[in-house]
Amino acid sequence: MKRGLKEFSKGIIRENPIFALVLGMCPTLAVTTSSKNGLGMGIAATVVLIGSNFAISLLRKVIPDKIRIPAYITIIAGFVTILQFVLKAYFTDLDKSLGIFIPLIVVNCIILARAEMFASKNNVLYSVLDALGMGVGFTLALFLIGTIREILGNGTIFGFDISFGVIPQATLFILPAGGFLVLGLLMALYNKLTVKKKQEFSCATCPIQCHVPKEEIK
Amino acid sequence: MKTILFVIFGTILVENFVLTKFLGICPFLGVSKKMDSALGMSGAVVFVMTIASAVTWAINEYLLIPLNLSYLQTIAFILVIASLVQFVELILKKFIKPLYNSLGIYLPLITTNCAVLGVAILNVQNSASFGLSLLYGFSAGLSFMFALILFSGVRERLETSNVALSFKGLPIALISAAFIALSFMGFQGMFAF
Repeated sequence: MKRGLKEFSKGIIRENPIFALVLGMCPTLAVTTSSKNGLGMGIAATVVLIGSNFAISLLRKVIPDKIRIPAYITIIAGFVTILQFVLKAYFTDLDKSLGIFIPLIVVNCIILARAEMFASKNNVLYSVLDALGMGVGFTLALFLIGTIREILGNGTIFGFDISFGVIPQATLFILPAGGFLVLGLLMALYNKLTVKKKQEFSCATCPIQCHVPKEEIK
Repeated sequence: MKTILFVIFGTILVENFVLTKFLGICPFLGVSKKMDSALGMSGAVVFVMTIASAVTWAINEYLLIPLNLSYLQTIAFILVIASLVQFVELILKKFIKPLYNSLGIYLPLITTNCAVLGVAILNVQNSASFGLSLLYGFSAGLSFMFALILFSGVRERLETSNVALSFKGLPIALISAAFIALSFMGFQGMFAF
């Protein structure tokens, strides 16, 4: 019970997938032009993450070690395809605004990283809790970035006007440059608030290139 | 001829894959610390992207559409790209050793580069012809290369400069990327394509 709680809570702040692990940067920057899109993308990725962690943890003793990465990718792609159907059928607006980034959940590093680092080594319950925690952390981060960008860039929250026609809007923040800027500043704030040693980011944190010597890709 | 130039320059400057479309951010941040590795990585990306857009076009046109399996697009494309990357790696290792030595270690990284899958999906969405798909894949690779080289130049300077502790590393890199993206907004509306 205690361990379950730990696996769930670590993803939210201490090992937050965006601010601490620095995984899945593409959707983080691309779709967070509003709080609604950020929330939608976060939930979509969480659903896939829970499904893939569940399935991979169940199959962890069956999948041969040598072909595990292609096997994981196939499982993840399967869940993404299911998600695409669901979004097309019931959430047409969200499907339109997230566009190409829905199929691109397949190559989202967070999902593959959790499969490789966690689900392939732990039982089903812990894997699902880990996925849930990581998903919540990812969703919160995306929601935060989306809200900040929407307030500054558009003067609204969830489309509700809070500028009252008085506060000027800086369109920059919903443009690509604003995405980089907000994420950079938030990451600096995260580093300031958490005293722990910073992880050096490189593609080496991505699980797909496990056989690539780390020092070579820095 | 005019279309070719429009697509190439439009993709590199106006609709840059990294800086305006946000595709391939992970390698953009991860492999941009040194100019050498930036060149190697982006060379490998240009190579794989061009081949991948040709192969995925063929898969889509001759396999998925005739068999009415378009909904399997995501699974089919990612598997094709993953195996293609392995295949290219083997071929290079066996036959073109010098190219393998300079690009080899970056090849496995490309499978999870979302720009490669992204360009394949965009080609299908735009229902591009074979030639256009190939050209788009190639120029998307070039646009990635352009952004990565620009950014690695900036980051080499950042390495030696004195940055506040909490901004050190990725935060300051992201903020510099914001300024590069800002300067790319100047190209907006340059072409209509």
